[in-house]
Amino acid sequence: MMDTLILSRIQFAANISFHILFPTITIALGWFLLFFKLRFQWTGDLKWMEAYRFWVKIFALSFAMGVVSGITMSFQFGTNWPGFMEKVGNIAGPLLAYEVMTAFFLEAVFIGIMLFGFSRVPNWLHTTATFLVAFGTTMSTFWIIVLNSWMHTPQGFEIIEGVAHATDWWAIIFNPSMPYRLAHMLLASGLTVSFLVAGLAAFRWLLGDRKETVRSQIRVGLGFAALLIPIQILAGDMHGLNTLEHQPAKVAAMEGNWETQSNVPLLLFALPNGETRQNDYEIGVPNGASIILKHKAEGVLPGLNDFVAEDGTVLHPPVGKVFWSFRVMVGTGVAMLLLSWASVALMWRRNAQGKRFQIDRLPKLLLIALVPMALSGWVATLAGWYTTEIGRQPWLVNGVMSTTEAVADVPAAMVLSTLIGYLSVYAALLFAYIGVILYLAVKARHGAPLDEMGPTSGGAVVDVIARDDRGVVPAE
Amino acid sequence: MTLFGLPPAEWLPIVFAAMMGFSILLYVILDGYDLGVGILTPFAASDQDKDMMVASIGPFWDANETWLVLAVGLLLVAFPAAHGLILSTLYLPVFIMLIGLILRGVSFEFRVKARAKYKNLWNRLFFLGSLMTAMSQGFMLGLYVMGLQFTLVTILFSLLCALALTVAYAFIGAAWLIMKGEGRLQIDAVRWAKECIWGLVVGIAAISLATPMVSARIWDKWFSFPEILLLSPLPLLSLLLLFILARSFKHLPDAGDNWAWAPFVSALGLFVLAFMGLAYSFYPYVVPEQLTIYEAASAPESLMIILIGALFVVPTILGYTALAYWVFRGKAQTLRYD
Ligand code: HDD
Ligand code: HEM
Ligand code: HEM
Repeated sequence: MMDTLILSRIQFAANISFHILFPTITIALGWFLLFFKLRFQWTGDLKWMEAYRFWVKIFALSFAMGVVSGITMSFQFGTNWPGFMEKVGNIAGPLLAYEVMTAFFLEAVFIGIMLFGFSRVPNWLHTTATFLVAFGTTMSTFWIIVLNSWMHTPQGFEIIEGVAHATDWWAIIFNPSMPYRLAHMLLASGLTVSFLVAGLAAFRWLLGDRKETVRSQIRVGLGFAALLIPIQILAGDMHGLNTLEHQPAKVAAMEGNWETQSNVPLLLFALPNGETRQNDYEIGVPNGASIILKHKAEGVLPGLNDFVAEDGTVLHPPVGKVFWSFRVMVGTGVAMLLLSWASVALMWRRNAQGKRFQIDRLPKLLLIALVPMALSGWVATLAGWYTTEIGRQPWLVNGVMSTTEAVADVPAAMVLSTLIGYLSVYAALLFAYIGVILYLAVKARHGAPLDEMGPTSGGAVVDVIARDDRGVVPAE
Repeated sequence: MTLFGLPPAEWLPIVFAAMMGFSILLYVILDGYDLGVGILTPFAASDQDKDMMVASIGPFWDANETWLVLAVGLLLVAFPAAHGLILSTLYLPVFIMLIGLILRGVSFEFRVKARAKYKNLWNRLFFLGSLMTAMSQGFMLGLYVMGLQFTLVTILFSLLCALALTVAYAFIGAAWLIMKGEGRLQIDAVRWAKECIWGLVVGIAAISLATPMVSARIWDKWFSFPEILLLSPLPLLSLLLLFILARSFKHLPDAGDNWAWAPFVSALGLFVLAFMGLAYSFYPYVVPEQLTIYEAASAPESLMIILIGALFVVPTILGYTALAYWVFRGKAQTLRYD
């Protein structure tokens, strides 16, 4: 029988992993929607409105998934980790409170207007609502990342009678790892959506959907991907340097480096072995890790063996999990780079009509590859979070509070049964979610041409209302 | 910073308890009506009416639920010790509530987006999720009133509360539909409201009777001299509201829709009065008879930081919530993204 601690950890990991999938989409998709809407306003080209209408449905669905799983998250602290709030509640509390007050309400109220208000409010108010929803999701990200980063690099507090008290809010909010983590997360969201948009549009293209909007979506997706991925790799590199400074044990686990030494290789493959405390089957680039992290081949990197107490207690995270999560993330990032840049390079060539950036310059194989890449953002994001979070173990708040201290005194059987409950619901919902998205893509092919549905602004609005007031039941 | 001569460590917990109470009350009323609508969906006369019912709450439900997040958030941030104690005691009902909230929240979207043949499945999950949420909230309310103890009696009482709150939610949901619906739907809604009013009455009566029985402290708070006089408006006003309700049922549905708002407003009043009674009983405890708000409160400097933000943010939230209700005023139309 597993104990409450490990089950609670699995339960928390399952819940937050499920939750993060949807914010990752909504954070950037909100801005994409604003982009589509403004493009339509400026060009008057209906293909942008079609893109808006298609993606707003996926946004609504993802948003609902994000909200309900987020509500679960806010209860998890109390049900499973009461020790967390008792000890660091004075710091975590205000941060969570600001998230709810400044961000959630903004999103939650304006999403109503954004989704259902199109023909009810003036166009400028609808655009403003779209902006406020995107802004709200970004604010959520800011506050939650502040809290999470503080747990990795805590500062600005003192411990009085075992409870943390804030001494400097500025230091708490702008803690050393926050800017890197925030930038990396926002970029991750941008990339996830870029590949989602490109991938789903490629899927429609392969099904024979040759609408202008499909072409534009592939182009927009690939364009943003090609733009963001180099920035993301740079941000990731800087994030790593920051972690080396503040959480050396985590970096040692990421690199699979057991001894503090110079000329550390960049391992491409290895099976870190916690028993023998060395790597099996190592393949690496000589001096690679030292060059990346210290910018010189002789750079000395900390090793895991430095993080073992005199009495043999291990004070570093489990190596294999961190090592491999990190490689999955970086591998996905490299794949994103290759694919998006190759596409842009291929589209650079003029097509038969002498125009650049046309989809027909892309080989079919590449379009096929784009389809599974639609979910690559999810893979990289989860892998990245596993690296970060497992890499923080055995600490919950780095150096301040261990995970063991926080766990609730709830019978293991209860945690196990609820865990099974959550997992089954999540699995079913994930299945339904992906199924519905594919279905929407298939259906969009036969979708009514947009000009019949009535566009947005001015006199047309009246027209729309007049026609729709007969109250037809929505077909979709 | 002292307020009315009280040091921050004394007035801040009161302010936060009030804010938390306010969020819970708003949550119960607001999500109450949309959960109630969910509970009523299987009884709709036609598929069209079902769509109309869901449409009537479509733009609001997310914001309504955010009051729950704020309430739990305030419990979490202002009274961390109580938060852990209450939520780990209520582990299972909380789990059921969360699964319920998940199911209904996603069904809003799936029922209109999935293939037509699955629409019924999602409709059913929408109902089931609303039911699970309402029941588990009623159960938790009952258990809380009973001092968070698990015995045969307290569990039976909590089950009664679960039933009563579910029916009460259905009542306020029906009252909402009387305002938002027309034609057949409105006629049905009037009938549902009449059939469900007992949930609210039984719920309020059961809790009003049980609370003083459970604790001698609460008994003394209610039934000693001048208090009983000062408190008498609570039950009297409740009776008055019930009277208005009965009157409005005589007139509904009326041609000019002049009475359509009456059931919802009276329901609102009843929820508020019942809540005030509860708040009076339990103050100053946040965990009944175990932990007072003063013992459970966070450090004053942290509470102050939140309070400053809240002073700006909460009025803003109320402002734009009003905007949303104004934008979507009037009778419901079918749910659509336009
Ligand atoms: C699309 C998603 C995505 C992509 C392509 C990458 N990452 Fe990443 N990475 C994340 C998404 C992400 C993340 C999910 O957003 C994490 C988890 C926590 C965080 O701040 O970002 C993360 C964490 C994370 C960390 C751990 C930070 C810590 O120690 O706490 C490092 C060192 C990197 N990343 C470095 C990289 C590098 C060198 C990449 C180059 C290819 C890279 N990431 C690609
Ligand atoms: C959204 C992306 C995130 C993912 C995928 C994620 C994943 C994980 C995982 C896998 C663990 C378990 C680590 C282990 O037990 O070895 C964990 C632990 C934890 N994380 Fe995160 N996390 C994320 C973000 C956050 C954020 C934003 C917070 C805080 C605001 C947070 C707070 C915690 C806490 C309190 C634990 C405690 C349980 C534990 O350490 O086992 N996480 N997370
Ligand atoms: C322990 C950590 C977390 C908790 C307690 C939490 C809590 C919540 C809650 C309660 C909601 C619903 C709000 C509503 O009613 O509108 C929500 C939604 C959201 N969360 Fe989280 N969350 C956590 C982690 C994260 C992380 C890591 C991110 C992103 C980096 C994130 C970003 C969002 C966003 C953008 C939303 C808006 C809804 C959506 O777009 O899907 N959250 N979260």
